[in-house]
Amino acid sequence: MINININKKLHGVEEDMQLDVILEIEKGDFVALSGKSGSGKTTLLRILAGLETTNGIIHVDNEIWLDTHKCKSIQKREIGFVFQDYALFENMSVLENLLYVKKELKLADHLLEVTELGEFRNRAVTTLSGGQKQRVALCRAMMKRPKILLLDEPLSALDPSMRLKLQNEILALHKEFGTTTIMVSHDPSEIYRLASRVIVLENGKIINDGKPKEVLLRTQGSQKFSFEGELLEIKKVDIIYIAIVAIGQQLVEIVISGDEAKDLKIGDLVNVSTKAFNGNLKKNQTT
Amino acid sequence: MIEILQNLNFTPFLLSFKLAGLTTLILFVLCLPLAWYLSQTHSKAKPFLEAITALPIVLPPSVLGFYILYALSYNSPIGAFFKESFGVDLVFNFTGLVIASCFYSLPFMVQPLQSGFESLNKNMLEASYVSGKGKLTTIMKVALPNIKPALITAIIVTFAHTVGEFGVVLMVGGSIPGETKVASVAIYEMVEIMDYSSAHIYSAIMIIMSFLVLLGVYTFNHKQKFSGFIK
Repeated sequence: MINININKKLHGVEEDMQLDVILEIEKGDFVALSGKSGSGKTTLLRILAGLETTNGIIHVDNEIWLDTHKCKSIQKREIGFVFQDYALFENMSVLENLLYVKKELKLADHLLEVTELGEFRNRAVTTLSGGQKQRVALCRAMMKRPKILLLDEPLSALDPSMRLKLQNEILALHKEFGTTTIMVSHDPSEIYRLASRVIVLENGKIINDGKPKEVLLRTQGSQKFSFEGELLEIKKVDIIYIAIVAIGQQLVEIVISGDEAKDLKIGDLVNVSTKAFNGNLKKNQTT
Repeated sequence: MIEILQNLNFTPFLLSFKLAGLTTLILFVLCLPLAWYLSQTHSKAKPFLEAITALPIVLPPSVLGFYILYALSYNSPIGAFFKESFGVDLVFNFTGLVIASCFYSLPFMVQPLQSGFESLNKNMLEASYVSGKGKLTTIMKVALPNIKPALITAIIVTFAHTVGEFGVVLMVGGSIPGETKVASVAIYEMVEIMDYSSAHIYSAIMIIMSFLVLLGVYTFNHKQKFSGFIK
């Protein structure tokens, strides 16, 4: 069980804000941290790891990691941390990166086996691809047999097929080692696949906390599906209007009425949904 | 030509190299923690420390030499303390030269190391801390091996710069053969007594050696930059 009650003043890109988080995380949980960039997700991870100072308390399994009198050093916290940019030790080979943490060859070999890196064990890490580097980083983090595994957008720089592969490996290691895992992610499919709980941060506060299905599914009432997208263009065709909307990597056309077209302008964030037969397009109220 | 070379007194060169070697060694040990501190700190004292370490670059060697001479002589508390406590003279001998060279060449060791440390990916150092390693292990096993070009530059340039120093050495050490008469001082004296052929040979040797050293540094750094397999 992890108990967190912290507050810290952050200097944001646009304005200063207060990171204010009260959180309880069950042992063995897989938690996804989501939210816009600059909302304090990475800072929260770094505070847990001890890489940043703050006021407040952190208790892990009834052990004090942080309170007003004590701050457990980074080195002594049972944490594995996977950085977004891998942060491998570039002067070492794959195997040396792992053994640097702990001289336990058997564990290192096992981890390299699980992540299919066995044949690369003596390669210089500078010669690896992005996906391979991130797997080395994951193995390195597991070498400590950490109680808590912290992942800071570990897969954001990888292509979709590599992501899927690594997601499975992360999940396998999470289960095998029984770690409590906290992962920063923006990718809903990734969160849905991996996490048992998702916490959404905004401006340093928790604004949503629940099961991925409850938090991520955006449909309301009798909507059958619902997507958020950006309005790119409105074309007039005879008496109707056609809106072109970018949803993720995909462009779609939606028929809208003249009244609806009046309220919309190019660049609006919109919600595309369907109920029975026709598609609906509604301006997103949150923006 | 060969006869001239055979009759040449190499003692000033040997002295120069001994001085440069010792200075480089001492500065490396002293500057490593200083450069690390400067690269990691956000303290308000940082600009002051940086300015002080850079002073020897801009000061005329005579100014530096004058103050070092004064500080190490019996007239100052430092010089008097060493004389009374250890019976050691610090001026007009080799020990004094080493101390003076350490001040003179300080920035050439600190600055490359500092910028090397600053260029390191901060996450790499943090990954080492998270791996359970302290600062010393992180510096020795992760930071230093990853700034090899800066490290080589710092060591070689400090060495070469100490070999090339003249003003400070002359002021603090004078020109005692076998003790403080280094190559640069020897050349100055040869010119003064109009022994131009010896001055030519000494100077040519200095130019060739300096060029070879610098060529070596740049070749190494070039290779490091373009090789994927650093190991």
